[in-house]
Amino acid sequence: MHPILKLVAQRLALGFLLLIAASVLIFAGTSILPGDVAQQILGQSATPEALENLRRELGLNEPALSRYFSWLGGILQGDLGTALTNGRDIAESLGTRLANTLFLAFWAALISVPLAIFLGLLAVRYKDRWPDKLISGVTLTTISIPEFMIGYVLIYWISIKFGWFSSVAIINDSMTLGQKLNAIAIPVMVLTLVVLAHMMRMTRAAILNVMQSAYIETAELKGMPMLRIIRKHAFPNAIAPIVNVVMINLAYLVVGVVVVEVVFAYPGMGQYLVDHVAKRDIPVVQACGLIFAAVYIGLNLVADIVSILANPRLRHPK
Amino acid sequence: MNDQLKHLSERVTKGLMTRREFVGRAAALGVTAAVANSMLATAAKAAGPVRGGTIKLGASGGESTNTQDPALTASEVPLYNLRHWGETLVDVGADGNLEMRMAESVEGSSDAKQWVFKIRKGIPFSNGKDMTPEDVMLTMQRHSNEDSQSGALGIMRGIESMKVDGDNFIVDLSTGNADLPYLMADYHLMIQPGGGMDDPAAGIGTGPYTIEFDEPGVRHGFKRRDDYWDADNRGFAEFSEQLVLNDATARTAALQSGQVHMINRVDPKVASLLDRAPSLSVKSTAGRGHYVFIMHVDTAPFDSNELRLALKYAINRQEMVDKILRGYGSIGNDFPINAGYPLFDNTIEQRDYDAAKAAEHYKKSGHDGSPIILRTADGAFPGAVDAAALFQQSAQAAGIPLEIKREPNDGYWSEVWNVQPFCASYWGGRPVQDQMYSTAYLSTADWNDTRFKVPAFDDMLLQARAEIDEVKRKEIYSRMAVMLRDEGGLILPMFNDFVGAIAQNVGGWVDDPNGPLMNNKAPIKCWLTDA
Repeated sequence: MHPILKLVAQRLALGFLLLIAASVLIFAGTSILPGDVAQQILGQSATPEALENLRRELGLNEPALSRYFSWLGGILQGDLGTALTNGRDIAESLGTRLANTLFLAFWAALISVPLAIFLGLLAVRYKDRWPDKLISGVTLTTISIPEFMIGYVLIYWISIKFGWFSSVAIINDSMTLGQKLNAIAIPVMVLTLVVLAHMMRMTRAAILNVMQSAYIETAELKGMPMLRIIRKHAFPNAIAPIVNVVMINLAYLVVGVVVVEVVFAYPGMGQYLVDHVAKRDIPVVQACGLIFAAVYIGLNLVADIVSILANPRLRHPK
Repeated sequence: MNDQLKHLSERVTKGLMTRREFVGRAAALGVTAAVANSMLATAAKAAGPVRGGTIKLGASGGESTNTQDPALTASEVPLYNLRHWGETLVDVGADGNLEMRMAESVEGSSDAKQWVFKIRKGIPFSNGKDMTPEDVMLTMQRHSNEDSQSGALGIMRGIESMKVDGDNFIVDLSTGNADLPYLMADYHLMIQPGGGMDDPAAGIGTGPYTIEFDEPGVRHGFKRRDDYWDADNRGFAEFSEQLVLNDATARTAALQSGQVHMINRVDPKVASLLDRAPSLSVKSTAGRGHYVFIMHVDTAPFDSNELRLALKYAINRQEMVDKILRGYGSIGNDFPINAGYPLFDNTIEQRDYDAAKAAEHYKKSGHDGSPIILRTADGAFPGAVDAAALFQQSAQAAGIPLEIKREPNDGYWSEVWNVQPFCASYWGGRPVQDQMYSTAYLSTADWNDTRFKVPAFDDMLLQARAEIDEVKRKEIYSRMAVMLRDEGGLILPMFNDFVGAIAQNVGGWVDDPNGPLMNNKAPIKCWLTDA
């Protein structure tokens, strides 16, 4: 078998094992959460009879181990079960939420990743001069401000004062792409500002590291223009760490944006998960946990494979 | 009203002038802002309801776990949903009187043991079938079934039997209850076809709207029904949409930028600032809900009434209203009833902050001086952590050591409230005194969260319940209030107002003390003046 195919297959298998391990952790973790789903569903106004009836109906009295295996078995067949709280099919409601989350993450990534890398290159080109300092200063400032704060500031100016974009990012299927993009404009800005600095700084550091090498000096002595050296010689060699940090940020855009979702009432996975944690709706929490774990594992897999492909030494192992 | 002002206010209702402009012009004519605003309200009412358009509500209190099943409704967003598609037998009106809905009339026997509801005829459900007395009975049976998960189970327990007789739905009680019709206004008891036994979450009822889309935790949409029976009074907008906006800032921003027409739960901290915006107005309605600190009277050290009195005197109620509610509320008097209830006795002496008296009672209690642990959480009520800190300070001044233990919001209602002996909590009001007392202060009540179990109190409650003579009832309620105030485990510093906000183009607003945003009926009873 081609070594690269073999490598990918190996990685995939490992990733799958890791996912199974994660499922055990998720199940164990959700089982030891304090509180009780019946109490949470019925809230403060629950009577003991109603509680007991609901508990019996939800099968909360069965042992944990048998619940784990029936759950895992269901997932392997693509059945995530139904939500305890409102009896809806989890796969269906989760599907919409996941699609929304990916939609937001996609547009945020589409803007932030090229922008971060471009700014990183620019910072290297003008190292220690004002463009470098300005880029670093601004991006570090935006990453240091809590994201909800950036969100509120942008809402105040862009939505209330100027009325350009909507402050409520609720999207649905009946909207056109243009309407959807209008709705998510401010959240995308916020997310871009939040993830920009990390990727930009890593690009800058990785390329600067390569710039110390002898072959860069040679290229410089040949009289090549600086940006060209960076693009053709430095960047390919700096790809591995950059891809890694880009993947971490992409994973963050998928699984870590619950605060932004709340501020903009965006119907994504984060808010969905938090609601169900609060209600102790265990099947949904487990399904979300598993998807988040899969996203992390998957993106890291991609990062690994890309850095191997980008590096001839790893691509052709002796 | 002079002609010029009248002309101006008409311009506002037609949307030719903003509210702020009007108030400014009126001020130039020597009219105060308050008077100017009330003139506007009159003008809007005189203009009459406008039909059409899409009225949008931005509401907090919705989760992606919500369902349309009325039995399981426990938070605010699902409640707005129910009001759109469903209706109860009766409603409690803004004036506290009964308003007939699915029942045409109601009549009780002289001992208040039998109640006859005459059911209206020819009212169609949204599935096309006519509502019948059988549907009413099946609905009540579903909620009173011991197997049901209904939040209304508690209030259905006193019912001995139900039957249908021609057009009448007849309820027999084991003990007389003069307030039974009020209990039938409970929002869980939406009349559903076949009692909702087959598909409780179908959202089929006799209300003015049908469900258009239903995305829990995100948005809910409704379309007006052409065959609605009471179209003169409800269901003016062609479409009604509810966006779930749990974040307070997101909610106010959505209203300010015109993406919604009304919002609930305006944070008292920003209410007065928000009200300055010209495009909207903040609506604060005195209600029956209250914020409390509750002590278990059967657990040391709270089993000593002297210590309980010490703590009651050690709380500064006015300060709480000023600082926690920012004035959007009123002070409490350690019993859960205020002027919002019928038969309220306003002559009961108000308990004030008195450090000297508190210290005296504390000394008499013989408490060993160890810190008394007060549990609180952000989720106990808005500002609960700050309120506990204020309580600690004022108690400190009386020499009573309070130790605040901050608990996580998560699990607060299952692990702390009704479990720990001293904690912060809240109560939404009930339409009548009997229901409030039976819910939390009767010996056998499930949510007797102060463990107040006094036979004499129970006797008075049952006596008042069956008493038809209002003067006598009022007298009994007054004695009960004083007893709870002086012996109970309830420290009630404040009654909170419902604070909401509506856009300037919303007409038909009426203050309703029964619940937030016109008892959750603002979307179905208001209209858009520029629709």
